[in-house]
Amino acid sequence: MTVAVVWKEIESRVAAGERFAGLFATRAADGQLVLSAHVARPGGIDTLEAALSADAVSYPALTPRLGAAFWYEREIHDQFGVIPEGHPRLAPLIRPGSPEEHALARHVAGYGVFTIPHGPVRSGVLESIEYLVETPGEEIPHLNMRVFYKHRGIEQRYQGMTAADGVLLAERTEGIASVAHALAFCHAAERIAGCQIPPAAGLVRVLYAELERIANHLDVAVRLADAAGLAVATARFALHKEHVLRLVSRMCGSRFGRGVVVPGGVSAPPRIGPAEIGAELRRLEPKITADAAALMATSSLLDRLRGTGPLSGERAREHGALGPIGKASGFTDDDRLGRPYDAYPSLGVLPGRAHSAGDALARLRVRWEEVEEAFRLLWLAAALLAERPAEPLRIRCDPADGRATGWAEAPQGEVLYDLTVAGGRVARCHPRSASFHNLVLMHEVFAGDILTDFPFIEASFGLSIAGVAL
Amino acid sequence: MSLWVLRGLRDGVVTTRWPGRPDAYADSWRGPARPLPGPADPAVEGLCPTGAISVTGGAARVDQGRCILCGRCVAERPDVFAWSAGATGPGAAALTRDQLIVPDTPETDAAVEAARARLAGRTAALRRSVHVRHVDTGSDGSEEWEIQALLGPVYDINRLGIFFTASPRHADVLLVTGAGARGMAGPLRTTYEAMPDPKVVIAVGTDAVSGGLLGDGQATSGGIGATVPVDVWLPGSPPSPFGILNALLIAVGKLADGRQEAR
Repeated sequence: MTVAVVWKEIESRVAAGERFAGLFATRAADGQLVLSAHVARPGGIDTLEAALSADAVSYPALTPRLGAAFWYEREIHDQFGVIPEGHPRLAPLIRPGSPEEHALARHVAGYGVFTIPHGPVRSGVLESIEYLVETPGEEIPHLNMRVFYKHRGIEQRYQGMTAADGVLLAERTEGIASVAHALAFCHAAERIAGCQIPPAAGLVRVLYAELERIANHLDVAVRLADAAGLAVATARFALHKEHVLRLVSRMCGSRFGRGVVVPGGVSAPPRIGPAEIGAELRRLEPKITADAAALMATSSLLDRLRGTGPLSGERAREHGALGPIGKASGFTDDDRLGRPYDAYPSLGVLPGRAHSAGDALARLRVRWEEVEEAFRLLWLAAALLAERPAEPLRIRCDPADGRATGWAEAPQGEVLYDLTVAGGRVARCHPRSASFHNLVLMHEVFAGDILTDFPFIEASFGLSIAGVAL
Repeated sequence: MSLWVLRGLRDGVVTTRWPGRPDAYADSWRGPARPLPGPADPAVEGLCPTGAISVTGGAARVDQGRCILCGRCVAERPDVFAWSAGATGPGAAALTRDQLIVPDTPETDAAVEAARARLAGRTAALRRSVHVRHVDTGSDGSEEWEIQALLGPVYDINRLGIFFTASPRHADVLLVTGAGARGMAGPLRTTYEAMPDPKVVIAVGTDAVSGGLLGDGQATSGGIGATVPVDVWLPGSPPSPFGILNALLIAVGKLADGRQEAR
């Protein structure tokens, strides 16, 4: 198909309610540059492709038709130098270049407007990113981001790896969502190999994935409480998060659930039995629930979140905003519901309440609902696991040749892997994190917000920069 | 507000007493892989995804600075490899890069002694109040979580006179995470140079020590050693908060390193 035909199809499918899920390019063996777009529909994710001839230096950009492609086309430009004609701004995104290359003209002109460069070494223990805040002093009429500082060459590193090694790299692609990345990678590998994991392994996977979700949402609560200067609340949520990480480490030895998910199932059953996991959940859940309720009744925090960093429902739908950011703006597309995997079909994930405010407060409400649902799923999974007889948790899974996409719902939203295997080795692996897809929306949510709202908006997004500048 | 004051009292004291008293969680930690005494066949070299295992003279050595704790060697060859026990014991921070290659040699011991003396000379003035600055040079994000945990109620490093600072001008210790992304080489160098002497650099995590799975590639420089001089090397993917705390206390001379004590 030609580029124009593919773009038209994406446009019409998005207009019909499907979701644009990503775009990347691959240099094929014959020199052609293949553009691959992902479109999520109920039940699965489709890949649409268009090939450019080997000597093509440009193609008509998708971004003017579909704003969500903005960063994807910049990334393709960074990697292959091919120019998307009509793209509004082709500044480097993920590759660190010379300072001149990255010189950005200020967007907002006017009396007294200046730029605050914030980063990449920022105050606090944070990942490296540079924010360029254009401001006349208080308001933030425009924000720019430079994410390339942390670029690690992950995509190139996958090439030539076995599936067993690839999953180790997937766990380290976005470390705070290790389990979700490992799941998405393994789902792709399992689809290629055509293997069905044992049902008990699916339940174990859910245990780790939902604990990871709780830990991430608690981390957002810590950062929001810290930004509001609520010292006790900060300490309480940090304590709960530590307990969740310790539970994970008692189950598998790693506080991030690493080494558990492998192609074909899980590497080992949890080291502590379902009864002990249940006992720990019984200790944790009431404390987290009570502190969350107290936080949602603390007006000094709520005042800072209400109306802060709003994302309209229309923009969320158009962009296909993932995870809690999308849900808070009324756009819900949860892979556990729409494209369920592992044990989720049998557990039955309940959709959360409908939200429409789209502000930082709505995002926090969504996170608490997800925590509540995560506990319910944990209870169910632990109970079902306790009833099952001892059985192998892993089957042989050696993907030989083929290509497939795999997905998983990380705490940040959907993680998507497009994996090609040739001769038992990874020929191409393109991971797309929810952080990459969602971070670009930070450009748009500063309507009327001021400098002191910045930490609240950033924390309410709850993203990881590691997943952005792969 | 009074609501939160009462909530803060609910669970009593949750802070660890370590290093004054032992901590069960720190001791139960599973550190990098180590070779067991005894012969090893050269085939075990191929087990490790980061090439941390070498076999010389029929005995296996593990470069714990490359170990990402995937556990493949321990699972496949429990006769040759085992986990090192404890977050602050033999798998913890080291004072030279070579000290991470176990079992170590007499030459390493001499170099470690020299490094210890150099470090002690610099940090004698820092022991009561230490200020720490963190820089991320391409971590996966998990190391930041573990460093942040030190500020929480369980580890509470302020009780030990250690504080985080925003300005490198106020910093005595630089905690560096990440595989040494080339885009961060400049900012890391600038931060290091902005710190007043004496200063100490800690490489936090296997990525910072050696680049981990990413190694020395097109976008990463195989750890941070190529950009700034490192004083304390801490393996782990990611290291535990106890391991980071231990490395900080070793860096400022409050603790001897567990590797030496375990011998």
